[in-house]
Amino acid sequence: MNPISRRKLITTGLAAGAGVAGLSVAARVAEHYGLIPPDHGGIYGPGETLTYAAQRLLTTHSLAREFPRGMISKTPFANETPPANDSFKRHQASGFSDWRLVVDGMVARPASLSLSDLKSLPFRSQITEVACEEGWSYIAEWIGTPLIEVMNTVELLPQARYVAYFSIDTNWWESIDMADALHPQTLLTWGMNDGDLPVSFGGPLRMRVPRQLGYKSVKYVTRLTVTDTLKHFGKGLGSASPEGGYAWYAGI
Amino acid sequence: MTPVCYAARVPAAGPLPNSETPRHAAVVRVTHWLTVISFFALLISGAEIVISHPRFYWGEVGNVRTTPLFTLPIPASRDTVPTGYGNVLPDQNGWSRYLHFQAAWLVVVTGLVYAISSLWSGHFRKDLFPAPADRKWRAFREVMAKYLRRAPPDEAEAHSYNVIQRTAYVIVVFVLFPLVIWTGLAMSPAFVSAVPAAVTLLGGRQSARTLHFFVSVFLVLFLVVHVGMVVLAGFRNRMRAMITGRAVVATERTLERT
Repeated sequence: MNPISRRKLITTGLAAGAGVAGLSVAARVAEHYGLIPPDHGGIYGPGETLTYAAQRLLTTHSLAREFPRGMISKTPFANETPPANDSFKRHQASGFSDWRLVVDGMVARPASLSLSDLKSLPFRSQITEVACEEGWSYIAEWIGTPLIEVMNTVELLPQARYVAYFSIDTNWWESIDMADALHPQTLLTWGMNDGDLPVSFGGPLRMRVPRQLGYKSVKYVTRLTVTDTLKHFGKGLGSASPEGGYAWYAGI
Repeated sequence: MTPVCYAARVPAAGPLPNSETPRHAAVVRVTHWLTVISFFALLISGAEIVISHPRFYWGEVGNVRTTPLFTLPIPASRDTVPTGYGNVLPDQNGWSRYLHFQAAWLVVVTGLVYAISSLWSGHFRKDLFPAPADRKWRAFREVMAKYLRRAPPDEAEAHSYNVIQRTAYVIVVFVLFPLVIWTGLAMSPAFVSAVPAAVTLLGGRQSARTLHFFVSVFLVLFLVVHVGMVVLAGFRNRMRAMITGRAVVATERTLERT
């Protein structure tokens, strides 16, 4: 072996080793800072991880655009919803008076809140856009209790990293990280455009996550679970969306 | 063997017969093919995403209850969209969106490598920006007239691009790709929460989506013309140039040998 090829071999080997070591260090640092999405596996994992990590670094505290009252859509589109199950129909018949929001998981004081309990907490209204992954959108005023107010009531444990939330429709559940869960615009919404939130738009209670696409804004929310890992929820991909082939993080 | 009738036209110090002339630098070749891969991924996945809502709007908002700017005459992959067609296509948005954004990263990173190395090497200045003498309509007309006559490329064009090619590449590199990336980012609810001007400057979310569609159409038109010209110029030789970096230059001296 001549000296040049040996030198080349050594430098190539060192570079490859440094590359592998660098990547594994980067992965551990990214994991530590919560920059790896739960659906990071598979062939689209690298793109998802880059998007989520880049946006977490860029947008942790940024606010979704809010619009003037004059821009509220006169023709909002509710989109189709799955047919109501018997449980929902019972609630609807009783005017949602028995609707409960169960909050459990890594919290000091688990709770079961009625809609009036929720409305007794500080609430806010915001005029934001719902953007569907299909491409359409509308603007509405959303009135609700910020999720952070509920989190303050139940007292998060320090290891909390995600909040999973579940619809009365058992196939529909999502989760968000603490950056979105504690974000001032993430709203447990019970009002829309100065009235009650209509059933077609998710009433009586919808999670609105305005910095992500519409499918993260789950309708008919009945339970929140605070957790340090999403591995034990469903197939461990973070939410129902990746199980159906859609990205967990929908901030794009 | 040497045809005497051409001898007088052979330049005294021309390139060696059948010389293989360097045409594309390694960075240009690698980034070209990475762009090809990501562009096709973006095109296919983008078309699939459009099929879920083949209606376009202007301004901030738009949905099936508002009047569209225009509608593509195709069926949709959602039964909520009134298309006038009886059938609903299968939903392909899940993988299409994963692929679209992964390919977007690839094309953005590739574009950055290309842009930085081209600034460094002078590729933009030497190969892409039209020479000062060529920045005239006259120069465009002369090149266009040559194309229309189907005249063979002269020696300069074997090593470099003419003014029309340069203009096309400058528009693609400095206008269409930056615009398609910008209009794409303008549709990201999280990105525009950090950089609202990205979408407000375009006139709203639906304007950004419509512009994204039109810029993509222009990129596809470029692709069609680009591939067409490669075929006319000699597909094998041009592909060889973009893969190995070298092209066989058909100078007058090599022509006489054939």
